[in-house]
Amino acid sequence: MAILVDQDTRLVVSGITGREGTFHSLRNRDYGTNVVAGVTPGKGGQDVDGVPVFDTFHDAVEQTGANTAMVFVPPRFAADSILEAEDAGIDLIVTITEGIPAHDELRVYNHLKRGRSRLVGPNCPGILSPGKANVGIIPAQFFKEGNVGLVSRSGTLTYQIGNELAQRGFGNSTIVGIGGDPVPGSSFIDMLELFEADPETELIVMCGEIGGSAEEEAAGYIAESVSKPVLAYIAGFTAPPGKTMGHAGAIVSGTKGTAAAKAEALEAKGVRVGRNPTQVSEIAVEILGTRV
Amino acid sequence: MDLLEYQGKQLFGKHGVPVPDGRPATTVPEAVEAAEELGYPVVIKAQVQIGGRGKAGGIKLASDRAEAEQHAAAILGMDIRGFMVHELYVEKASEIDEEYYAAIVFDRSAKKPMAMLSRMGGMDVEEVADTDPEAMRMLHVDPLLGLQDFHGRRLAFDSGIAADVVRPVGAMLAKLYDVFVREDATLVEVNPLLVTKSREVVALDAKVTVDDNALFRHPDVAEMRDLSGEDEQERMAKERGLTYVKLDGNVGILGNGAGLVMSTLDVVAQAGGRPANFLDAGGGSKAEAITSAVEVILSDEKVRAVLFNIFGGITRCDEVARGLIEAFEQIKPEVPFVVRLDGTNDKEGRALLAEADLPNVHTEATMLGAAEKVVELAAA
Repeated sequence: MAILVDQDTRLVVSGITGREGTFHSLRNRDYGTNVVAGVTPGKGGQDVDGVPVFDTFHDAVEQTGANTAMVFVPPRFAADSILEAEDAGIDLIVTITEGIPAHDELRVYNHLKRGRSRLVGPNCPGILSPGKANVGIIPAQFFKEGNVGLVSRSGTLTYQIGNELAQRGFGNSTIVGIGGDPVPGSSFIDMLELFEADPETELIVMCGEIGGSAEEEAAGYIAESVSKPVLAYIAGFTAPPGKTMGHAGAIVSGTKGTAAAKAEALEAKGVRVGRNPTQVSEIAVEILGTRV
Repeated sequence: MDLLEYQGKQLFGKHGVPVPDGRPATTVPEAVEAAEELGYPVVIKAQVQIGGRGKAGGIKLASDRAEAEQHAAAILGMDIRGFMVHELYVEKASEIDEEYYAAIVFDRSAKKPMAMLSRMGGMDVEEVADTDPEAMRMLHVDPLLGLQDFHGRRLAFDSGIAADVVRPVGAMLAKLYDVFVREDATLVEVNPLLVTKSREVVALDAKVTVDDNALFRHPDVAEMRDLSGEDEQERMAKERGLTYVKLDGNVGILGNGAGLVMSTLDVVAQAGGRPANFLDAGGGSKAEAITSAVEVILSDEKVRAVLFNIFGGITRCDEVARGLIEAFEQIKPEVPFVVRLDGTNDKEGRALLAEADLPNVHTEATMLGAAEKVVELAAA
């Protein structure tokens, strides 16, 4: 088991004919992901290294049975692409694109909430279920199968923490990047719910950062609804207020959204918070025992 | 991107939000000319992106030409809590009867816009929220539906504002929502929202933040960017497509990916150091990007040592190493560097650095070890 992506994933990539889109689609396929289609309006009938390209998501779904979409198009076209994927009946839409306008994200989020499609991202590295499927840009070579579910707002920090865990012998059920934007399609809570229900996952590591209140909300949810151990890390203790730290969503406004407040909220609900990535792996050893 | 008051009011005007007549000015003669055109009394207001202008002496009433000249001269060049005044806004004075507060904000938690209205305006709104939370009325808006007239009326009635201005205040809320959506704003705030002696409703101040990610569809707003308010290094980094935030320490930092860079700052601070900056070289950085990032970091004279913390995913460590070697050839840095490379092509990257044998470059195997080393070097 794993969550969200696995052997049953049938992936259609929006933006497959772009440079980055081609590179990562083929990389995902090389990993073993079933990449069944691409979508680029006007390029229907072509193929990218054997992957058929369609003009619309609807054609792709109809002809290939695609159930998962990866959106790789530039920011000004991304919201439209997500909405098209939803309209075509795609279950899971993973959006890698960074820099989508906040108002586009607001409309997309509120529309999708009424239907049954799930959005992960935007501005995220994607989802990797080691040994099963990789949808996105996570460098799979650093991760192996295991019992730690990892969910994060940041890409490279996920690799750092995943790698620290790997060095102590831990593998992952699934690694999910929910993205660094102010309106993520999926929240920590959504992922905690899935990991809680996943029999393979024995420990959930959540990696947050400054800005917003998603970590505080997750703390409340963990106390009420998660029976598995949860371990957290928060980045941005030294971030000054009013400055956006790289991610559109990573900003301390006034006294809200600080790393200290998030760590405190989590600890108040019994969630242990590592002070640096190395300490996270040390606590994981305490919780699960030594694996090396 | 935060707009200055007069820029926000330009957007208000465009969408029919009533504002007092006014003119921007950058010199004393321009300000006096604007005052003469508008007719006295006028208010001369410092245009800076910080609150508390009035208390700092940045807002003055002028009832004749001599006063306009005197106040404009005093306010231009004034330092308001670290912000130098380069621009003025000269505005026709309003006779104040009542002061309210109105805003459209982006509620990240609910993932919806939220309209806010209070009959207690003209003061620190957080103070109002603390002392009299009932005085601040809030209503979420479905972004697919937009702010309807009834939303405005409901807020206006609930907030207990004077009955005779319920309709115009409700109408103003609807127009502020237009500004919020059509200009891709993440904040539209009016404090105070003024009821004049003749019972007219006008926006006396304007605080507008526009989403940087949406500037591509607002070229007119993109041109409003106030470069004078930006730090020199931050401007230089932006021109080179790097994400850089200046901090006040002496340890220069470069990493790839926002989260990892934030974490690196924290780890340096935990090791007893003070980060000089946040610099995200981004995913898939090529050697040239690394070279120009080094230039940006070293343009801050306070930097005593530099830490490279890279976990390569899309970014290849050999590219980072090549960029650093190139930077040493071009810039010949005088401060020590600590480099930690992990991830894609890390062995190749470390081999390149070993071969180049750059003066004063230390490689470390772990993030924690690298942080400790750079702090030690910065203190030496």
